[in-house]
Amino acid sequence: MIQVNQLSKTYNETTVLNINNLEIPKGQSFGLVGNNGAGKTTFFSLLLDLIQPSTGNIINNDIQVNSSENWKSFTASFLDESFLIGYLTPEEYFYFIGDLRHQNKADVDALLAQHEEFFNGEILKNKKYLRDLSKGNQKKVGIIATLIGNPEVIILDEPFANLDPTTVSRLKKIIKELADNPNVTVLVSSHDLQHTVEVCDRIVALNKGEVVKDIQTSKETLQELEAFFAV
Amino acid sequence: MIKKFIYLEWKAFTRSASFGTNLAMKILIGFLMAYFSLVFIAIGVGAFYVLKKMKLEPLVTVNQFLIYYFLLDLLIRLMMQGIPVLNIRPLLVLPFKKPTIVHFSLGKTALSFFNWVHALFFVPFSIVLILEGYDVTSILLWNLGVFALIYINNFLNIILSNIDKLFVVFVGLLLGLGAAQYYKLFDITLFTTPFFHGLYASKILFLIPVIVLIGLYVFTFKYFKNNLFLDAGLSKKEDIATTENLSWLNQFGTLGTFLKNDIKLIKRNKRSKTTILMSFIFLFYGLIFFGNSHQPPVMHIFAGIFVSGGFLFVFGQFVPSWDSSYYQLMMTQNIPYRGYITSKWWLVVIATFVSTILASFYLFYGLETYLTIVVGAIYNIGVNSHLVLLGGAFTKTPIDLSSSSGAFGDKKAFNVNAMLLTLPKLLLPLLLYWTGLHFGDKTLGLALVAGAGVLGFIFRNKVFSIIEKRYKVEKYSTILAYKQKN
Repeated sequence: MIQVNQLSKTYNETTVLNINNLEIPKGQSFGLVGNNGAGKTTFFSLLLDLIQPSTGNIINNDIQVNSSENWKSFTASFLDESFLIGYLTPEEYFYFIGDLRHQNKADVDALLAQHEEFFNGEILKNKKYLRDLSKGNQKKVGIIATLIGNPEVIILDEPFANLDPTTVSRLKKIIKELADNPNVTVLVSSHDLQHTVEVCDRIVALNKGEVVKDIQTSKETLQELEAFFAV
Repeated sequence: MIKKFIYLEWKAFTRSASFGTNLAMKILIGFLMAYFSLVFIAIGVGAFYVLKKMKLEPLVTVNQFLIYYFLLDLLIRLMMQGIPVLNIRPLLVLPFKKPTIVHFSLGKTALSFFNWVHALFFVPFSIVLILEGYDVTSILLWNLGVFALIYINNFLNIILSNIDKLFVVFVGLLLGLGAAQYYKLFDITLFTTPFFHGLYASKILFLIPVIVLIGLYVFTFKYFKNNLFLDAGLSKKEDIATTENLSWLNQFGTLGTFLKNDIKLIKRNKRSKTTILMSFIFLFYGLIFFGNSHQPPVMHIFAGIFVSGGFLFVFGQFVPSWDSSYYQLMMTQNIPYRGYITSKWWLVVIATFVSTILASFYLFYGLETYLTIVVGAIYNIGVNSHLVLLGGAFTKTPIDLSSSSGAFGDKKAFNVNAMLLTLPKLLLPLLLYWTGLHFGDKTLGLALVAGAGVLGFIFRNKVFSIIEKRYKVEKYSTILAYKQKN
């Protein structure tokens, strides 16, 4: 599904990301872990053509992301709050995204109903604009919005951060469901090794922009990762 | 302690996102400021002799109009003078005394351009008065009184800027008083002139504005100090949200989706709401030019462009910056760039069209005058609408829509840069119209301007392709610039 070739990103002669070759097959749930500055967000930004690669390229479903825009029709993402439109209510935001992905109101409503538990009664019909929601609730809106229109690739940057414990476990359930769908490729980044191990089939650890671990998740994965990051 | 504040302010100034990118703009503003300073000084020096020539007593005449001067000053401040916001939140828990924080915030406003610019007029005027033999002590006291009044305006602006509707009230008051005086119904200056002249004539009257100023400072200080809490003056105002479907726009497909969003954008944010008010004020701009024989006729087209182009200039100018806070979202969604630009274009066109209809009251000045406005609108739709969108690709100043915080919030929507960017859009039609006037008559001039507009409209698709390409080229640097909003 996603093929990374000779990809690197350099700022003022400092290489922040350098991935020679990485292939993410269709249907995989892919976890990206690493310390601050490891290059996780840089990688996602490159994948979404928000920044330009210094060398190499990324191919998303046969489409090279920095030369064609056609990947946008099947890729959904939530990196941070700058993906939210502050002056809209959550409902309006969902419908806006729905319109852009050619979903009618009923489709969106059906999806929202499905995730009512995740919202925990704090999102819908609350007479608040997105800008006035707490960080955690904003995140809930952003995450669910990526599910609108059945995208084939879903990219979530640090989805577990800022969420309360209950929501974290509900989010894990959602991501696991997505992972079980053979048509959906999920990419998740996190600082939290345990959460990532729980929801992902495969985990790649980045350190200073380089891939330092690439493992299929098993019982020993968590220990292996903890040992790696413990200094 | 103050040193630390100044250090912070300096860093904030030199590291702001707009500082580096808009250096050319800063230089241009610098030139303009120098120019206007010279004009002000010239007026200050010349006013005495001009009034004398008109057989008026200079000081009395100036005193007579001071009431309007101060009202206008307050109005301009309410519109343009931002309240300097220290980044106060992080300071609260640091070992700064609260009074120090407030004194510094207020003290900073005292150094504002809007205060010292007046000195450029009053100081030379006073020097001339003294040279002409007026009593030195009295002139000094008069100046003291006048500057106390200027600073009263400064602090009034700070206190009043939280009340949205006041701006309209003051505009109404100023227009009402002016009209009443013009039609000789009621002359406010009869009551105010003795006071202003008293600042000069009596040796103690100056104490009144000075005491009021001190009182006002104490009041502002207390008000700010008492509001220096996260849940008071530093809190964010939360609006009660209403969900709007605007489903009648659905029939326009993707275009409708964007229009819906833009309508909400304008309605729900202070900054964008002001653009509507501004475009309404622009409607009346033509009153200065039409029916005024002192203005050269070539300026009529200038007015024609402005009357219908208010929205174009104050809103269109900042596309796509209005979407800056969620630009990354826009760039990752399944959005054709063209659809995005087209929807903005339609928004500008609709607003121009509505303005033109509203401007039909200019028919009062004759059909020809209204025709000038219609021609201006055609030019706006055909040429200027494309120019603002193209310019937008290079406008990389993020707009913080959510700056609706409490007492310390900077809510000013209008800025000088916006006005400067409009100049090139006015020179071309002016040139065309002038050519027409020079080689033929008014009709030829209007035809040339309208022709340019129609041509722009015909080649719309071609122009859109160019704009689209430009936006794509600028995409990465725009994303980067919008990220540095804080």
